[in-house]
Amino acid sequence: MTTTTSDLAVQAQGIWKVFNAGLANEVTALQDIDLVVGRGEFVSLIGPSGCGKSTLLRVIADLTDATQGSLQVAGMSAAQARQEQRYGIAFQQAALFDWRTVRRNVELPLELQGWDKGRRQARAMELLEMVQLADFADHRPWELSGGMQQRVAIARSLAVDPPLLLMDEPFGALDEMTRERMQNELLRIRQETGKSIIFVTHSIPEAVYLSDRVVVMSPRPGRITDVIPVSLGERDDDTREAESFFESVTAVREALRGNPSSPARARVGEV
Amino acid sequence: MGARLRSIWPPVLIAVLALAAWQLLVVVRNIPPYLLPSPSLIAGNFFKDISLMWGAAFYTGTSALLGLMFGTFLGVLAALLAQRFIVVNNLITPLAAGLAAVPIIALTPILNNMFNITSRTPRVLVTTIIVFFPIFVNVIRGLVQVQPVQLELMRSMNASPRTVLRILRIPNAIPFFFTGMKVAAPLAVIAALVAEYFGGPQEGLGSRIASNAANTAYGRAWAYVAAAIITGLLFYVIVILLERWVAPWTSRPRPAS
Amino acid sequence: MTDHAAVPAATAPRPRRQSTVSRRVRKGAVGALWALAGILLVMLMWELVKWVGTLVSLPFNTNDLSMPHVWTMFSGAWQPEVRGSDTTVLQAVLQSAAYSLLIALGGFIIGVSVGLLLAIVMQRFAFLERGLLPFVIASQTVPLIALAPLITGIGNRISIGPVQWSTTYSVMFIAAYLAFFPLSVGALRGLHAPTATSLELMRSYAATPRATLFKLRFPASLPYLVPAMKVSAAAAVVGTVVAEISTGVRGGIGRLILEYSREATSQPAKVYVAVFGAIVLGLVAAGLVTALDLYLTRNLPKESPA
Repeated sequence: MTTTTSDLAVQAQGIWKVFNAGLANEVTALQDIDLVVGRGEFVSLIGPSGCGKSTLLRVIADLTDATQGSLQVAGMSAAQARQEQRYGIAFQQAALFDWRTVRRNVELPLELQGWDKGRRQARAMELLEMVQLADFADHRPWELSGGMQQRVAIARSLAVDPPLLLMDEPFGALDEMTRERMQNELLRIRQETGKSIIFVTHSIPEAVYLSDRVVVMSPRPGRITDVIPVSLGERDDDTREAESFFESVTAVREALRGNPSSPARARVGEV
Repeated sequence: MGARLRSIWPPVLIAVLALAAWQLLVVVRNIPPYLLPSPSLIAGNFFKDISLMWGAAFYTGTSALLGLMFGTFLGVLAALLAQRFIVVNNLITPLAAGLAAVPIIALTPILNNMFNITSRTPRVLVTTIIVFFPIFVNVIRGLVQVQPVQLELMRSMNASPRTVLRILRIPNAIPFFFTGMKVAAPLAVIAALVAEYFGGPQEGLGSRIASNAANTAYGRAWAYVAAAIITGLLFYVIVILLERWVAPWTSRPRPAS
Repeated sequence: MTDHAAVPAATAPRPRRQSTVSRRVRKGAVGALWALAGILLVMLMWELVKWVGTLVSLPFNTNDLSMPHVWTMFSGAWQPEVRGSDTTVLQAVLQSAAYSLLIALGGFIIGVSVGLLLAIVMQRFAFLERGLLPFVIASQTVPLIALAPLITGIGNRISIGPVQWSTTYSVMFIAAYLAFFPLSVGALRGLHAPTATSLELMRSYAATPRATLFKLRFPASLPYLVPAMKVSAAAAVVGTVVAEISTGVRGGIGRLILEYSREATSQPAKVYVAVFGAIVLGLVAAGLVTALDLYLTRNLPKESPA
């Protein structure tokens, strides 16, 4: 049992999340979600506003409780995974602390883990090298552009070297050019580190470009309606103009419009 | 440098013009000093009795500083408690809101009765109470108004409430603390000065202004007013410098949140 | 009015508005209950301190002259103001507080009008803003109240036309002076509040500066103006009482506190009743401004900027 589950980054079965249960304004944010993310896999959650993709990510991160269902993160309960820092998280806002330098922002999770100063600094510099911001280590966050801030946030999420990365629209506030550059950078980091990644977005090309699988969700109630595998092989800037890329984009778009790519896959989200 | 100069010369020009107009008005219209002494008369009195000015400003400034320190300490302490215990918050917050328009300085005679009126204690105490509220209101705001995403981040890193307080809430509250201090510091000088009007030792600025006005020594009374203004500005400037030193990150352009 | 189609559109948002207001009222009521609990707690502490004072020696006087019992203060309110007088202490206090409130109100209205005018002028002419604003800000950091005893000196000696300047006007002048500064700063910030986009929109309509002022800048300034008004009202009340104390002008609550504090040895409760009068005065003023706030911001989203 343990050998099989620890091979999986996330294993969720029958997850429900109901807000204001029993009240007039009851909302079913997640309805019977089944989701399996393998080790080293890149999975995107896509869907319109209110489809519960962010809620699902927060349930996996143990930032909010599931109303019902079973959930394993890195082979343990979500709460334990959070307590043992088995995942790193990045949000749409970089959420950097203004009163800390860039380097000390990256050090934050290590500080909380009780690392000593020397090791902390060395690790933070290593990560800043990786996101190509070593020169800005002693700057204050507000002196950096939005894209640079987000790179600091990603470096911070990698600080404790967790096996799983959770990303909630991390590039959502960036302009298109910066965004594409950040996507390439994320794929490079993934290749260097072999992390499993769950990535929430509402950009179809972004989801396709980054992912091994795109999980399509739909609102009221929030549920998974389709799962689209993407096989583009090694990505580079030519990939964005490749035939196969557009085919996958079309498949995701169709799925978002409610035309399931195949009957078998549609079953995943049905009650 | 050029931009800096451009922002400085309009107020300087207006100040010089206003002083010149004031001087001219007094001289040309031959206005008696009991109505309005000329700037030159005030300046003359100020520099002639500079040691008296210094002594009175030092006395009132000390009362203000003590009250400011105690009030700040209590205000911060209460805010920390209020952030931790909702009951404390519920008790103090409406009180703080309600007391905004209450002339707290009116408590002075009561404190004069309770404490030794011949000491500066009642003045320090009333200053403490007056300082308490702006500090409390601002610090609690800074402790509570943390970005939700930053709280989520702390939770994702499995931080205890105490760690969140240390790493996130307190640093977040520092700019708010200084906003409170910028209100409280001038207020402390005003409170210490006005508290002197209720009787007690006659060494401070407030007592001297009142007694010189009563004795028709208007030039000197205005000179004491100038000393009071300088004291108030000094308190404010010290807070500004302290803020630049302690919290340099507050100087960044803030979004209107 | 004759346009029938407009009627439902006009009435539709009403319930939402009222519910916002009523929610705020309810929230205020809950806050008031907590405040009441706080006051009771203070009374309890007061008596506790008095009791402790009988057991051990505290660094301050806890005898009945310095710290009368809470019930002595209450009963003291109903005693005649002076021996054989018809008016009770309470009546005298309430009369003085009402008098002070009127002066504060006058000062508030003058201060708000002048402050608003100055803000408009400063917004319109950038040079004046750069020249005057530093003084407006600096004056908030400076104990201008120190001028109070001197202004009375002026007041007693001048007359404008047939009107003899009375010391009451001096007090109102000081209140207006203190109320004016926070308002002008807040109003100026508010007048600068519209976004560049909104201003460009007005420009695209070829709107006159006056139209831009009334259609855009004034409404946009409300979220800044209303908090500034609250600060101004507080400043007017505090300024009135402090000026009454500083100048010794008769009639108001400030002078009454000063007088009663001198009778502490014979009737210790009196000064407490007067201080409560000052507190009530402040609360009434705050209540009036809150009512004004509820009215002015009835159409705005609940959270204000800044």
